[in-house]
Amino acid sequence: MTDTCYHCGEPVPEAITLTVSMDDKEMPMCCHGCQAVAQTIVDYGLSDYYRFRSGMPGRPDEIVPEMLRNFTVYDDVRVQESFVETRDGGLREAHLMLEGIVCPACIWLTESRLNKTPGVISTKINYTTNRASIRWDDSRIHLSEILRTITSLGFFACPYDPGAREVLLEKERKGQLRRIGLSGVLGMQVMMISVALYVGEWHGMEADFRFFLQWVNLLLTTPVVLYSAQPFYKGALRDSRHLHFGMDIPVSLGILIAYLGSIEATLFQHGYIYYDSIVMFVFLLLLARYLEFTARKHAGDQVNLFGRIIPATATRINSNQTSEECVPVTDLVTGDCIVVRPGETIPADAVITKGVSTVDESIITGESMPVIKQTGDGVIGGSTNIDSPIWLEITRIGNDSTVSRIGRLLEEAQNEKPVMIQLANRIASWFVGVLLLLAAVVAWYWWQAGSGSWLSITISLLVVSCPCALSLAAPTAITAASVALMRRGIAVTTHEAVENLARATHFIFDKTGTLTFGKLQLIDVECLADVKKQECIHLAAAIEKHSEHPVALAITGMAEGTVMTASEVINTPGQGITGIIANKRYFLGTAGYIFANTTLVSRYAGNKNVTSESSSSAFLADENNILCRFVFSDQIRPSARALVAALNANGAHTLMLSGDHADIVRHIAGQLGIKEAFSGLPPERKLSILKDLHDNGAFTAVIGDGINDAPILAAAHVSIAMGKGADIARISADMILLNDKLDMLQDGIQIARKSLTIIRQNMVWAIVYNLLVVPAAASGLLAPWMAAIGMSLSSLVVVGNAASIVKS
Amino acid sequence: MEIIYLLIPVSLILVAVIVYALFWAIKSDQFEDLEGPGHQILMDDDRISSEEDNSENH
Repeated sequence: MTDTCYHCGEPVPEAITLTVSMDDKEMPMCCHGCQAVAQTIVDYGLSDYYRFRSGMPGRPDEIVPEMLRNFTVYDDVRVQESFVETRDGGLREAHLMLEGIVCPACIWLTESRLNKTPGVISTKINYTTNRASIRWDDSRIHLSEILRTITSLGFFACPYDPGAREVLLEKERKGQLRRIGLSGVLGMQVMMISVALYVGEWHGMEADFRFFLQWVNLLLTTPVVLYSAQPFYKGALRDSRHLHFGMDIPVSLGILIAYLGSIEATLFQHGYIYYDSIVMFVFLLLLARYLEFTARKHAGDQVNLFGRIIPATATRINSNQTSEECVPVTDLVTGDCIVVRPGETIPADAVITKGVSTVDESIITGESMPVIKQTGDGVIGGSTNIDSPIWLEITRIGNDSTVSRIGRLLEEAQNEKPVMIQLANRIASWFVGVLLLLAAVVAWYWWQAGSGSWLSITISLLVVSCPCALSLAAPTAITAASVALMRRGIAVTTHEAVENLARATHFIFDKTGTLTFGKLQLIDVECLADVKKQECIHLAAAIEKHSEHPVALAITGMAEGTVMTASEVINTPGQGITGIIANKRYFLGTAGYIFANTTLVSRYAGNKNVTSESSSSAFLADENNILCRFVFSDQIRPSARALVAALNANGAHTLMLSGDHADIVRHIAGQLGIKEAFSGLPPERKLSILKDLHDNGAFTAVIGDGINDAPILAAAHVSIAMGKGADIARISADMILLNDKLDMLQDGIQIARKSLTIIRQNMVWAIVYNLLVVPAAASGLLAPWMAAIGMSLSSLVVVGNAASIVKS
Repeated sequence: MEIIYLLIPVSLILVAVIVYALFWAIKSDQFEDLEGPGHQILMDDDRISSEEDNSENH
C-alpha cells in the first residue's frame, strides 16, 4: 500500500520513511519540506489546521539558507519605504501578499502562528484578496523574522505596495456600495408605498392620503435621483462633450424626465407618478455596473505588475572584486557587477563577464528551450539562470530595461485598441435622436394648435418612451452572460468582452504556455543498445537530479521512486552532464558532447539515429555504447486540440504567433490544424501583424499568457489570458481562463453568441414597445396607468429574457 | 387611517437610521472581506474543545 503524505496529500515515495507524530499517531510525510512544516504546526499546538482545512496545500519547498538570507534585505529601511508604514511607539505595519493560501484554515494557521510570535502586535489577513497587514514592534522582532515564520508554515509572503491605483479603486468601490445601498433601502420603501397607491387606484383612496403618500415617495426618491444616479449624469456629460452618444445619455434622460414628470404630477395632482420605476431602474443598473467593476478589480487584485518578474534582491560584487553583498535591486546601477546563481532570476539586462550557463528566457521571448549564454553574450532581466553561476555587468536597468520597454509597448497598444461601439449604444444614440426630434415636433404641434396642455403632453410622451427597457437590454444580458461564463471558469473583466467575443472572426494563439503547457516533457525513449527503457530513465534521472535544466526536470519527473545515486557529477552548460553510477561513468547530452568525452565517435559517426539530432533530443551513453536517445517536446494541451478543431469547423480563422523557432512552431501548428503560423516574432512584430489584420477588417480574439503577449492582448478586439499566465498578461486581457482549460472557451463563444442574440431580441422588444406607445402618447390617448404598467412590463420582459442565459 | 400620518414619518426615521448604519459599515471596512470572518468564528478557541475531546478519549 502506498501512503499519501498527511500534509500535502501527494503519494509518499517508497524509499521515504519520514513521519511526524500527531495526537500520538505517526503521520507519513512525503518529503523533508512537508515534514518541517508539519512539525512546526504541531510544535505550536496548531494541529487543528488538519481538521479544519478544506483544501490541500502545495508541497512546500525545502527552506534553503540562501532564501532566508535574502529576507534580511527587507529589514533595510530603504527597502521598507514602499510597503511599510511607521506607527506610534516604534510599531510598524507592512502589507504582504500571501501565496499558497488554499482554504480558510490556512489563514487561521498563519494568523495563530504569528500571534504567538513575541513582538507581533496584530495580524489581519483578508481571505478574498490573500493580503495580510501585519503590525509589529521593531525593537523586538524584525520583518525578516516574520517572513521566515510564514515560510516555515509552507506559505510564501512577498511585500506588496498598494500604490495609488489601489487606493483609488477602493474609494470607487465604497462609493458604488453606498450608491447601491442607498437606492436599495430607499427603493424598498418606495415600492411598498407604491403598492398602497396602486391598490388605492383600484379601490378608491381619499385624495388627502394619496397626496401624502405621493409626497413621501417624492421625498424618498430624491436622494436616489440626486446621489445614487450621479455616475450616469457624469457619463452623459462626458459623452455629450465628446459628441459620442453612449448609453448614459438615454439613461440620464429617462431618470430625469420621469422624475420631473412625477414631480409635476405630484404638485398639480394630474398625470401619473413613476417613482417606483425610477428606483428600480437605478438599482438594477448600479448593480450591473458593480458586478462588472468587482470582476475587473478582482483580476487586478492578484497583480503586482512587474514586481514578481524582477527579484527584490541581487548579489553585488564590490569594486575590489573580493566581497559579495546582498542588495536590493533598486540600489543597482548600470555598470554594477553581480553574480547570479543557478535557479535565480536575472535582475536586469546585462552582459556576461565570466561563466557559461543556459538561461530560460521563455517568459520574455516565448522560446521553449533554454538558450546557451557565454562570456560576452547579453541576457535579459527577468529570465532565469539554470546551470551554473554567471558573473554579469549590468547594461540596462529600470526604465530602459527590456521588461519596462514591453510595458511601454503595452501602454501604446492599449491606446490603439479599436473602439467598437457596442450594439446597444449604436441603437440608443439613434433612438434618442429620433425621440427628441419627435418630442419637439409634438410640442410645436400642440402649441401652435393653441392647446394649453402642450407641456404636459410632451412630458407624458417623454416619460412613456423612457428608454428603460432599451437601457437595460444590454447590461442585463451581459451580466447574465458573465455569471454563466464564470461558472465555466472564464472571468470577464470588461463589459465589451462578451459582445466582442461573439463577433470574433480571427482567433490568434500564442504557443508556449497557451497551446502547450510551457514545460518540456519526455515523449519517447529510443533504445540504441540492448537496454530497457525504464533502466535508461532511472540512470538518466540519477544524474539529472543534480541539474535544474528543463530536460533534467522532464526526466526526473518520469522516474518516481528511483534509488540510484550518482557521484562526481560534472555539468557542462548547454552540452551535457556526466556522473558515476555504480562505478560506471555515464554521459548524458548532445551527440557532440558524448563524442568529445568518449571514444565512440568512430563507431557512431555514420549512424543516422545519432547524427540527425534536433534541439529537442538528448543521448545517454556509457564508455562503450550509446544506450538510448530521449526525445522531448513541449506537450500540447489536450483541450487545445478540441478548441482549434471546433473553431476550424465553424469557419473561424486560426493563427499562431510565436517567438519560438520555426520548426517547433510548424510542428505544433500542424498537429493542431492551425492554418497560419508565424515564428520568431518579437512583441513589436506580433503587434504589427495584428494591426495588419485589423486593417484588413478582421475581428480578432487573442489568447496568450506571457509578458511578450501583453501588447497584442491589449490591442486585440477581445483578449483572453491564461489563469496561470504572467500577471501583466492577465491585466491586459478582457477575459481570463481561470483553470487554463481551453475547451471551455468553446462554451464561452456559444454563450457570448447567445447573449448577442438576446441583446438583439431585447432591443427589438424595447423598440416595438416604444413604437406602439409613442403614437398613443403623442395623441394624448394613453391613460396614465397603462403607461405605468407598460413601462414596468417592458423592463421585466427584458430582465427575464436575459436570465435565460444563466440557465443555459 | 389617520395613524399613517404618524407611522410613515416614524418609518422614514427608521430608514434614515438604516442608511446611516449602512454608510458607517461601508466606511469602517465591514464589507472588506465577506468570507474570512465567517470561517474564523468557527475556528477560534477550538483548541480548548479539541483538548477536551482528547482527554475524554483517554
